[in-house]
Amino acid sequence: MQTIIYILPELFLSLAIMSLLMVGVFVKKGSKIVNLFSILSLILLIALILNQSDTTIKIFNGSYIIDNLSIFMKVLTLIFCFFVLLASRDYVKNTNIDKMEYPIIILTSTLGMFLMISSYDLIIFYLGLELQSLSLYILAAFNREDAKSNEAGLKYFVLSALASGLLLYGSSLIYGFTGSTNFEVIAANLKEAQVGAVFGIVFIIVGLAFKVSLVPFHMWTPDVYEGAPTSVTSFFALIPKIAAITVFIRFMYVPFVNLIDQWQIIILFLSIASMILGAVAAIGQTNIKRLMAYSTIGHMGYALAGLAVGTNQGIQSTIIYLTIYLAMNLGAFSCIFMMKRENVFYENINDLSGLSKNHPMLAFSFLIILFSLAGIPPLAGFFAKFYIFMSVIEAEMYALAIIGLITTVISAFYYLRIIKIIYFDKSKKPFDTSYDWGLKSSLILSSILVLIYFIYPSILTNAVSAIIIY
Amino acid sequence: MNFPILSAIIFIPLIGALFIFITRGSQKNVEKNSKYVAIFSSLTNFLLSVFLWFSFDMTTSNFQFVEKKIWMEGFINFQLGIDGISILFILLTTFIAPICIFSGIQSIKFKLKEFLIAILVMETLMLGVFCSLDLVIFYLFFEGGLIPMFLIIGIWGGPKRVYSAFKFFLFTLLGSVLMLIAIISIYWITGTTDVIKLLDSKIIQEYQYLLWLAFFSSFAVKLPMWPVHTWLPDAHVEAPTAGSVILAAILLKMAGYGFIRFSLGLFPVASDYFAPLIFTLSIVAIIYTSLVALMQDDMKKLIAYSSVAHMGFVTIGIFSLTKQGLEGSIIQMISHGLISAALFLCVGVVYDRYHSRMISSYGGLVNIMPKYALVFMIFTLAALGLPGTSGFVGEFLVLVGIFQINVLVAILASLGVILAAAYMLWLYRRVIFGKLASAEIKEMKDLNTTEIYVFASLAFLILFFGVYPEPLFETVNISVNNLITNYQDNLNFHLALKNN
Repeated sequence: MQTIIYILPELFLSLAIMSLLMVGVFVKKGSKIVNLFSILSLILLIALILNQSDTTIKIFNGSYIIDNLSIFMKVLTLIFCFFVLLASRDYVKNTNIDKMEYPIIILTSTLGMFLMISSYDLIIFYLGLELQSLSLYILAAFNREDAKSNEAGLKYFVLSALASGLLLYGSSLIYGFTGSTNFEVIAANLKEAQVGAVFGIVFIIVGLAFKVSLVPFHMWTPDVYEGAPTSVTSFFALIPKIAAITVFIRFMYVPFVNLIDQWQIIILFLSIASMILGAVAAIGQTNIKRLMAYSTIGHMGYALAGLAVGTNQGIQSTIIYLTIYLAMNLGAFSCIFMMKRENVFYENINDLSGLSKNHPMLAFSFLIILFSLAGIPPLAGFFAKFYIFMSVIEAEMYALAIIGLITTVISAFYYLRIIKIIYFDKSKKPFDTSYDWGLKSSLILSSILVLIYFIYPSILTNAVSAIIIY
Repeated sequence: MNFPILSAIIFIPLIGALFIFITRGSQKNVEKNSKYVAIFSSLTNFLLSVFLWFSFDMTTSNFQFVEKKIWMEGFINFQLGIDGISILFILLTTFIAPICIFSGIQSIKFKLKEFLIAILVMETLMLGVFCSLDLVIFYLFFEGGLIPMFLIIGIWGGPKRVYSAFKFFLFTLLGSVLMLIAIISIYWITGTTDVIKLLDSKIIQEYQYLLWLAFFSSFAVKLPMWPVHTWLPDAHVEAPTAGSVILAAILLKMAGYGFIRFSLGLFPVASDYFAPLIFTLSIVAIIYTSLVALMQDDMKKLIAYSSVAHMGFVTIGIFSLTKQGLEGSIIQMISHGLISAALFLCVGVVYDRYHSRMISSYGGLVNIMPKYALVFMIFTLAALGLPGTSGFVGEFLVLVGIFQINVLVAILASLGVILAAAYMLWLYRRVIFGKLASAEIKEMKDLNTTEIYVFASLAFLILFFGVYPEPLFETVNISVNNLITNYQDNLNFHLALKNN
């Protein structure tokens, strides 16, 4: 019974999901209440998690871990989940997806992510992954009347199920060669490279790469991002990345840590391929959601570069990158949510034309966020890249550093193109300005954070310095 | 003295920009207030920097007014400080910024508020470059300048502004990312990015070559050196007058300053090794771009190409590593800052009135704009290096410096002086003398009061430093001496290491 206290957040979340479901089913017009309470429960959860002690605790026969990494990542998940819900509220209300299931499914996937983040065992990990993925399939297809949304859901389901299958096969191989599903036991039994075990690792990496949308397993990303409702896209672009990167870190540096020579080259390849494709493929896009999809792929490539290094500093730089990435993308999607004329949402980049004339403040925030995404100092995006390259160069991987920085220049081009459209082109009809305070506040918050991060960049480094895996 | 005067100088424009940013009200009021705030903050800054110059101790080569704040805990401190070399650039920046603001107020017709914000932010970033004593901070300021400059060219520029803005941004960014790799490598090699410590430490020889090249790639694009100069004419032509002035007068000097501070200071062996490369590129730049300048029919393009040629003198002077050469190139940078600013403003004057930069659109201006003809003559003569103007001092010293090292380079470089005379005088003749190109020009008005004050202050400085450059020498003297001594020590140290 002692151990129950450690999974209080997860228990609370499950209870909240179930009771909110009841409320939603039995109370007429319950969607407002459900929505409000799901947002409140996220805040409560943050308090619960921050209350946990910061010593490492393993429970349930060492299959579930609560440590600095999991606490940090869970808090990150909750904070950004909260802001995504707030920011997308306006969009959800204006399209026909304002159903009571919507926030509940988001909470369910959050629960799945919690399990993934804390998993220390292949089985728990897989359970969490499936819970999260199944919720995401539904979310992608949430706009039932829209063919594109359905297509996105189906596409995501088919490909993701395949990836899950690969993951499961890899896990079974690992289990077969090490005799355990526990991460620590696997690490102890996996001292040298056996062909079967390496196969297992490759399958697991492929499965994970799919979930993080790394090249060459990225094909679903642009289509799903474009097809899904924008509120869901923003969720996809932010929240599942946190859990997936955490699991990536956990897998590489706990069970497979002794085989670093084997997987390092794979991670390097994934990272470089994603950086290049993310930079090049986004250039020709006209739909801003598709463009954000490619931009996400590129950013995940940079995040992974820190992981490939094989040092604690590398891991920490990945986490910092992820955090800053989340803040920037929250802002970017808030801007996309504001692309609305007479309650119709626009997605083409050219619809932003002349934004600076009609909406100077919105244009300015977008400007900051785009320059930050491009990694131009002194904005936060630069520091994200800076930390990554610090650790990459420490490991003397100069080729990776040079490729990474050159792709930064290439990707700067398409961010600049949006800025050009916003600032240099002729203005079109103004957008609606009737967004609610949630959207406004998340945009203001993220752009201010991005803008003033340079004043004291140690904040994040101090926060992640306690995360020591390796 | 405990007052953080350098931080104050750096951040006063930013605070001004913030004030302008938050002003609200009717269009007219906002514009009026923004003008006052911009003028006030930039002039305050100029006075503050003059005060800085007076309280500057010219008898020591140490860094002065050093400020240090913990920034990235454990490895990077926010460190500022100046020596005799940087203070001149600070003065140049704070002097040029108000001029840009005056010019902007005169000629910018829309989004004036945003324009003033961009100029003030730009001033902050440029001052940061010259004050920072940490490589990462330097990089931050150096690169940060891209954002406002991109917007200045792109929003207020001419017809081909988008192309030029993109070219400017991507060229410079590509050059600079290699410098970022080099900076991080330096951190891992030496354990610090603190410039004061780095200047004393001796980086291992075999690293120096690559690091030097990485820094070179950034500075060469920014300076710009042939063959990566192609962004400059485009950017100059399309930028609004004030943007061209900032670009020519200060932005280019950041690279020259970088060469002196970092390439010479940190990588003496590599600087020695690569000096012939620099000489070759500079000679090509001087002769080739001067010839190109001769053939231009666009006034701004002509001056842009002449900038490349003049910066060629600067690099030759820097890498001659003689006292005369180095001091000459510093003075050349300062005087080119003043002269090119003045020339671009001259073009701006006629452009504002007649909306053409083509030389062929004008002619015979002396008849209708006598005052303009006079100031334009002063600046033309200064640009071609007539004795008695500051342009002469710099070029002459650079040639003296390089003559001691390599006679051939000196001879070829002096060809540039002749060519400069050719294209500048020809430009002057075509624009000012001759017959009136068209009847419409007759409507053009002569200089107004603001313009007269701006031009008079520029002309005064150019002539003053041409006749009496002593204050400049006095300021840089000890720092340059120290730089050369350090450089020689460092070189000898590595030579001894090699021989053992």
